[in-house]
Formats: sequence, C-alpha cells, structure tokens
Amino acid sequence: MKGRVRRTTARVRRTGRVRRAALPYLLLLPALLLELLIHLVPMAMGIAMSFRQLTQFFIRDWSRAPWTGFDNYELAVDINKPVGEALLGSFFTTCLFTLLSVGLCWFLGTAAAVFMQETFRGRGVLRALFLIPYALPGYAAVITWAFMFQRDNGLVNHVLHDQLGIGGAEHTFWLLGDNSFWALLTVSVWKGWPFAFLIVMAALQNIPKDLYEAAALDGAGIWQQIRRITLPSVGAVNQVLILVLFLWTFNDFTTPFVMFGKSAPPAADLISIHIYQSSFVTWNFGTGSAMSVLLLLFLLVVTAGYLIFTTRGRRKADG
Amino acid sequence: MRRTRAVAVTAVTVSMLAAATACGGGTADNGSGSNTAPKELTYWASNQGPDIAADQATLGPELKKFEEQTGIKVKLEVVPWADLLNRILAATASGQGPDVLNIGNTWSSSLQATGALLPWDAKNFDAIGGRSRFVDSAIGSAGAAGKDPAAVPLYSMSYALYYNKKMFQEAGIEKPPATWDEMVTIGQKLSKDGKWALGAEGSNLSNNIHQAFVFSQQHGANFFDAGGKPTFDTPENVDAVKQYVDLMAKDKIIAPGNAEYDKNQSLSDFASGKTAMVLWQSAASSFKSHGMKEGDWGVAPVPVPAGGAPGAGKNTNSMVAGINMAVFKNTDNLDGSLKFVKFMTGDEEQKLLNKTYGSIPPVKAAQTDPAFANADLTVLRNTLSTSAAPLPQVPEESQFETAVGTAVKELFADAAAGRPVTTDSVKAKLTKAQQQMQK
Repeated sequence: MKGRVRRTTARVRRTGRVRRAALPYLLLLPALLLELLIHLVPMAMGIAMSFRQLTQFFIRDWSRAPWTGFDNYELAVDINKPVGEALLGSFFTTCLFTLLSVGLCWFLGTAAAVFMQETFRGRGVLRALFLIPYALPGYAAVITWAFMFQRDNGLVNHVLHDQLGIGGAEHTFWLLGDNSFWALLTVSVWKGWPFAFLIVMAALQNIPKDLYEAAALDGAGIWQQIRRITLPSVGAVNQVLILVLFLWTFNDFTTPFVMFGKSAPPAADLISIHIYQSSFVTWNFGTGSAMSVLLLLFLLVVTAGYLIFTTRGRRKADG
Repeated sequence: MRRTRAVAVTAVTVSMLAAATACGGGTADNGSGSNTAPKELTYWASNQGPDIAADQATLGPELKKFEEQTGIKVKLEVVPWADLLNRILAATASGQGPDVLNIGNTWSSSLQATGALLPWDAKNFDAIGGRSRFVDSAIGSAGAAGKDPAAVPLYSMSYALYYNKKMFQEAGIEKPPATWDEMVTIGQKLSKDGKWALGAEGSNLSNNIHQAFVFSQQHGANFFDAGGKPTFDTPENVDAVKQYVDLMAKDKIIAPGNAEYDKNQSLSDFASGKTAMVLWQSAASSFKSHGMKEGDWGVAPVPVPAGGAPGAGKNTNSMVAGINMAVFKNTDNLDGSLKFVKFMTGDEEQKLLNKTYGSIPPVKAAQTDPAFANADLTVLRNTLSTSAAPLPQVPEESQFETAVGTAVKELFADAAAGRPVTTDSVKAKLTKAQQQMQK
C-alpha cells in the first residue's frame, strides 16, 4: 500500500515535470512561427533574388527576373572591377570603424560603470545624464549631430576654431572628405556607450562586496581588484555585450544615412549604406541581395567563431 | 548550458541573417485597370509647397471640388520628396500602391521600365482631352522616345538665374551675367568680405545632375549615346563637369562650405544676403517663405557660352523640370483615375495649382493666362519653350543621377578641401561612375 502511494506520487511528479518542461517551448511556439514568417521567408527571398538579374525591368514581379547564377556574386567580389573594389573598400572601412567604435563604447561604458560604483553626491543625476543618448530617438539625435558638424554654422567648428583656437581660423569640413570618418565615429560612440554602461553597471551589482574587502585585506590595490575581481566577474556579460555592440555597429544604417544621405563620402562609406546604395538607389536589387548574403555569411562566421572562442576561454578560466 | 548557448547562437545568427537579407519581396500581380472600386481613389502627391501641411491646404479644397463633380472620394497623401522614389519602388514591388501618383519627370523612363505605370496611348489621352493640349517639351519628359508616355505632365519648371538686386546695386553691377565669362568676372567682384557670388548644393545629387546636364549640353555632349549606352567620361563631359566644379575650385565664386549643402541651404544663404545668385527652379515661393519680398530679387536666364543667347543645342540652359502624374496599371478604379487626371490637368485647375506653386502649366491653354506673364515666370516660360532639354529618357536615368551626382559631389569635396580638381581627376571620377552602371 505504502509502495503504491509512493509510485503514484512519483508518476504524478514525473508527468508534472514533463509538462512543466514542455510549457516554455509551447509558449515559445507562436513567437517561433512568427519569426519564421517574418524573418526566414524574406531571407529566403533575399537569397533567391541574389541569383537573379533584378533591375527596374523586373521589380514588379521579381520571379520573372532572369537567373544569372553566380554573376551577382562574381561582380561583388571581383576586386579588380569598380563594384567589387568599392565593396571591399567599404568592408574594410566598416571593420575599422566597428573595431574602434565597439572598443571605445566598451571602454567608456566600463570605466563609467566602475566609477559609478562608489556612492557620492549627485550619482543619480549623473547616471541619468549618462543614459540620455541611449534614450533619445536615433534619428533626432543624429540629425542634431549632423547640424553640429556643419562647417560654417555648426557648433563643433564654433567651439574648436572660434573659441578654443584649435586648427586655425579656417573651419574644418566634418561631413566631407576624410574627417567624415571621425565625425561618424564620434556619433556612433556617443550613441553606443550608454548601453555598455547600463549593462556593465547591472553586472557589477552582482559582485559580492566582501570579495573586494577580502582582496583589500590581502593587500590588493585598486588595479589588481579591477583586473582580478571586476573584469572576470563581468566576463559573461561582456561576451554578450561586445557581440551585440559589434552586430549593431556593423549593421548600423540610421547613423550614416541620416548624417550623409544616400551617398556617404568614401571615408565613411559603411557597408550597410553601401549595400543600400547598390540595391535601392541604383536599382540593382540582385547585386544588392548578393552583397547582403555575403555580409551575412561574414557575420555568421565571425559570430560563431567569437562565441566558440570566448566560451572556451571562459570555461578554461572558470575551471 | 551548452545547448542553450547553441540555441542562442542560432537565434542571433538567424535574426541577423534576416536583417541583412530582408529587402522586400514582390507579388506576382498582373492586374491592370479594373473598376471594382469606382467611388474611391488614393492619390500620392509630391511635396510642392513649403511643407506638407501647405500642400494639404492647397489640394484639399480641389479634391473636394472633384468629389462634388464626380462623386469620387480622393484619399490624399503628400509624400516628402526624399521618400517619394523609395515609396514608389516599394509600391511597384508589392503591387500595393495608390491609384494615382506624382512622379519627378526625370524618373519617367526608369519607372516606365518597371511596367507598373499605365501607358498613355491615344485612347487614354483622349479620355483627358488629347495629347495636343500639352506642351511638346513636357511630353518629351514623360517617357522614352518612341513609346507611349508613362505619365502626363502636371507642373513644369525650368532653371533660371536668381540674383539679389540690392547686392548687385551695391557692387555697381547693372545687369545679371548672360554668359559664363561674365558670370566669372561679375562673380569675382561680388565674392569678398565673407559674401559670395553664387550658391550651389554640392552634396545634393539631383541638383548636381541638373547642372552637369546643362553644362554637358553646352559642350555639345550627352551622358548617353543614341543607343542608350552611358558616355559619362567623354572629353566634352569632362570639360563640362570641370567647368561647373571650377566655379568653386578655380574661379572661387562659390563658397567652399556649399560643398556640403544638400537641404536647400543655398536658398537661405541667398535670402539672407550671403550669396548674390543661385541657379534654381521656381524659387519664388521659397524666397518668400525665407522672408524676402517680391522685387528683392531678379530673374534672368541661366548663362550660356560666350557670345551666345539662350536657345536650342549648345545654348540650352535648363533641363525640362517638372512633376508628372501617373496612374498605377493595377488600379481598381481606372475610369475614376482617368477622370481625376483629366480634372487635375484641366485648364482651370492648371491655372490655379501652378499659380500657387510658382510653376508653369504644361497645358497650352492654361499657359496663356496673364498670371504667368509676370517677369519671373516669363523667363521660366521662355526657357521651357525655347532653350530647355529633357534629361536623358533612358531606363537607367535613376542610376545615372546617383552615379554622376556622387562623382560631382566628391569633386566638390576635393575643391572645398583645397585638393586640385584637374581634367584627370574629373575624368577618373566620371569613368568610375560609368563603370558602376551595370548593363
């Protein structure tokens, strides 16, 4: 009698566990279906388009566009011809841009978050202030920057040249030529670092205070504490943070588009806007799709490689 | 743990993949002109006035009038210029567009090639009173030669030289320059003390194209040959583009800062007396909205090569600018759409709308109205009828605007930064632009 009761409770518990285990997946199902519908279907269409000669003659019914095999891809990667050469140039620009932007965002965010761990007067105000760029609508923020970077009437030149006397009396162009890269980077970092700040700050809350106290007792200085306690403790968060920043920056369209319109100066010709121009502005949707697929493959490899590398590295550190 | 990470990797990459490749699909929709919804129309109007609200205020009562006459309700959407082409492309690809829409007349052939617009054959023209009601040059900018036009002209515009009378007076200059040599001489007199002779929009691709086109015509050249092949980097075109950019690079009568203008800043510079002249189309209403009074500015034809007077051929001094009206082929209210086009291109509406917008009616009967005989509009009208040419009516026109417009923008950037603009550097940019045209 006793035994039966126990068996029954066990069965009930087991079915309960199965049901509970299935529930999250069940709840995810609608989202998954929608994901398939709104993401995978257009993606499949994008890939299909990349094998077609899709110009203005066929956009009304792209399924009629003639197949071209890998022509679009050949055009995109042939670096001896202008299209491929420009794409490669834009790719390198984007890589350098992303590296600098993500690095700066992460560094500024982390530094500010560490700094904000101390309690002091006005901390709340400062915190809120730091988060403003993150809260502003992207378009409005970037267009304000575009105005500030204007050569003749912009605030940047007014402060630099007229008030601080840096660079002489002649105003600098920020939206044209090589400087456009630095202008774009400034806006990108300004927009991106509060997110890093927010995430790292959240992660820091989880580190037990006594770890620092124990370390201090053992004679560890502030740098040692940051290196041995803070950074390893936020490792998992950093992994995701850097990946997300990387993807956002690499694919960022709003910032360059609002700053430069549909054709960015060569020095600031990021890949997203380059592809936009190659497909939507010049009406070569097939070539644009092929470039998108190439970009996607690149991001796929980088992301997978990054995740494998960082996960293995961390597991070793954890063990 | 491992599995969740794998799932996360997949999820991230999938959404990335989607973001990178999702560039709109199309549906196979071969519907053409039925009458299943005869009492309703959607109309996309281009933004013509100072802002969208002004256009709504102008067009609203007219659409009401149309509804009273025909019982057809028109749903109006005014689309900003910068969005219009993308919106039309999206509508073309999805088949979900308005019934009637405005297009920039330079896009006529590009959009004609999509096959989405109703061709204006004799029958359709008859429904709106016949093709002969329209000025020839306006019809010439409504589609490729030898084909039925893809649209009907609605507002016509041309370029003119606007000059600040007071600044001219103060510099002791009696009349506006008629040739480019005079432009440079006068310009150098005016460019001093932080003021400049001529305004430009160096980062505005369309404007760059319009100017480059006129210079190209004046050098006896074309950007496309008779077979529709691009000929961007011929010696004549190189000279033409160089002459335009040299107004900043060599002659120094355009302020270097104008190289980054693309939001009509040169018009506010003109209105505030910073620059003495601009080459623009139908600018009167913009000047007024910037606080200038009628009579503060004068209007003259765009300069031509030395010794000439505006006319056809080498003395062409404007593109045929304007807005056309098109009907989407798959409209479910074909009759209503034709009625609406007839209404908008009718003599009375033409007079009223063109007066409001400061443009010229492309309808002959409306043009004779005395309202279009004032000094400003007479210059624009004469230009349109005697010395304006339509931009190349080829399917690749839209690509051409981007490719060559960007080349000119980069040359202006060089000029502004003090880098040399030479025949070789101009040729290199134009060659690159030409190679980007994929055939």
